[in-house]
Amino acid sequence: MDDLTSAFLELIRLTSTDLSPDVEQSLIQARDREAAGSAAKSALDAVLQNVTLAREQSTPICQDTGTPIFYVQYPLGWSTKKLREQIRSAVAAATSLAYLRPNAVDAISGVNSGNNLGDEAFPTIHFDEIEGEELIVDLMLKGGGCENVGAQYSLPDRRLDAGRDMEGIRKVVLDAVCKAQGKGCAPGVLGVAVGGDRGSSYYGSKEALFRKLDEPNPDPDLDSFEERLTEEANRLGIGPMGFGGATTVLGTKIRGMHRLPASFFVSVSYMCWAHRRRRMTVRGSDIQYS
Amino acid sequence: MYNLTIPISDEQIRELKIGDSVFLSGVIITGRDTVHKWMIETFVKETRQPEGDDLEVYEAIKPLLDGGAIYHCGPVVAGLDSGDYRFVAAGPTTSTREEPYQGDVMRHFNMKAVIGKGGMGSQTLAACHEVPGVYLHAIGGAASLIAQSVQRVIDVHKLDFGVPEAMWVIEVKDFPVVVTMDSHNSSIHAEVETKSMVELERLLAS
Repeated sequence: MDDLTSAFLELIRLTSTDLSPDVEQSLIQARDREAAGSAAKSALDAVLQNVTLAREQSTPICQDTGTPIFYVQYPLGWSTKKLREQIRSAVAAATSLAYLRPNAVDAISGVNSGNNLGDEAFPTIHFDEIEGEELIVDLMLKGGGCENVGAQYSLPDRRLDAGRDMEGIRKVVLDAVCKAQGKGCAPGVLGVAVGGDRGSSYYGSKEALFRKLDEPNPDPDLDSFEERLTEEANRLGIGPMGFGGATTVLGTKIRGMHRLPASFFVSVSYMCWAHRRRRMTVRGSDIQYS
Repeated sequence: MYNLTIPISDEQIRELKIGDSVFLSGVIITGRDTVHKWMIETFVKETRQPEGDDLEVYEAIKPLLDGGAIYHCGPVVAGLDSGDYRFVAAGPTTSTREEPYQGDVMRHFNMKAVIGKGGMGSQTLAACHEVPGVYLHAIGGAASLIAQSVQRVIDVHKLDFGVPEAMWVIEVKDFPVVVTMDSHNSSIHAEVETKSMVELERLLAS
């Protein structure tokens, strides 16, 4: 395997500064739905202007470059130790080049490491060994504002009268959107995991966010459920930035997991409008970004 | 549309109503979680003794915050090695975390404007009425765009809090914000929340 540090650096730069086309397209549609002269419309105008500017200048879309979350699928026999070292070097380099803000704070001492390198969970790197010759790396930058409004429910939920069924899932997801108001930088994208344990469920909810906004759920029933949740979340009228308006949520992505008979978790990861995720595919000397 | 320059007078504050667009100019200071806790403990409630350069920093920021503004922002800054600082990305952070502190901080410093995103609660709204002051909502995530309003970095205090948590003294020109909480007890956030909760009840019952 080659030293891919500079390729990882480019993946980070691209993710931080160049919003994916599917997200930008969805924001344009949201802008066009808001009433002329409304605060919601001018907020989305500013958002879109910012997206263009960040791309042109190669500067971060949002100053909160979040927790870098890597999902690495690597060919049989590659060294995850080396890949981890290269990713960590690239993260530190991206920080000194101001593509990333130094975000790793020791929670006990309060000290910011200054280079985005913390313990083994910062940056977060998931490894998965796969068949074939390709290295596939997905990166998501998830900021703290939207991470803070994420929520996990254990069904049945008496307060919301939510049982262990689709109707119960619907109720808690809408509750999470209402609680978030504009604080997670609406309009957001909902990543929802149903099942798992408390830990795997939250991971699952983030993994759901890698699916493109224009990519339907392979399960037609879940797909229409996702559309229903998006439509109902938008009826809450929270709108861009919480100013009130037509679009509160750009999309909903649901993933079912296995659970224990005793547990029924629904985890909602709220992703801000600056939904920064990119993929790098390496095959020999060929490196593609999408 | 209002053009406001710091220091801001009580009369100017009282003129502002929720929904008004403002272009803000002048010298402002960034401050978020660590700064608010430090201010309250060291200078407002005085539950901890000043240490290190605390008093020096306090004297430096006091005149700037009197009639001035604090910005809930943890920027991306270039030039950290050379000390020739430049803001690269500087959008607002979520303000609600400062709700336990903000009202007292506004009263203590006679601070006229709090800039952030996501809005704040009833304690800050009460302080906006009293001081008087306003909450100015910047566009969350519009970090490269807002960085263009930052003309220069004048100074930085408490860099040991880390880059995002330090107090950056910056001069802004035509920083675009919206008044979402005014000095007349009105809050867009309270209005939107109330309406959305009514709609949620309806959806949950259907």
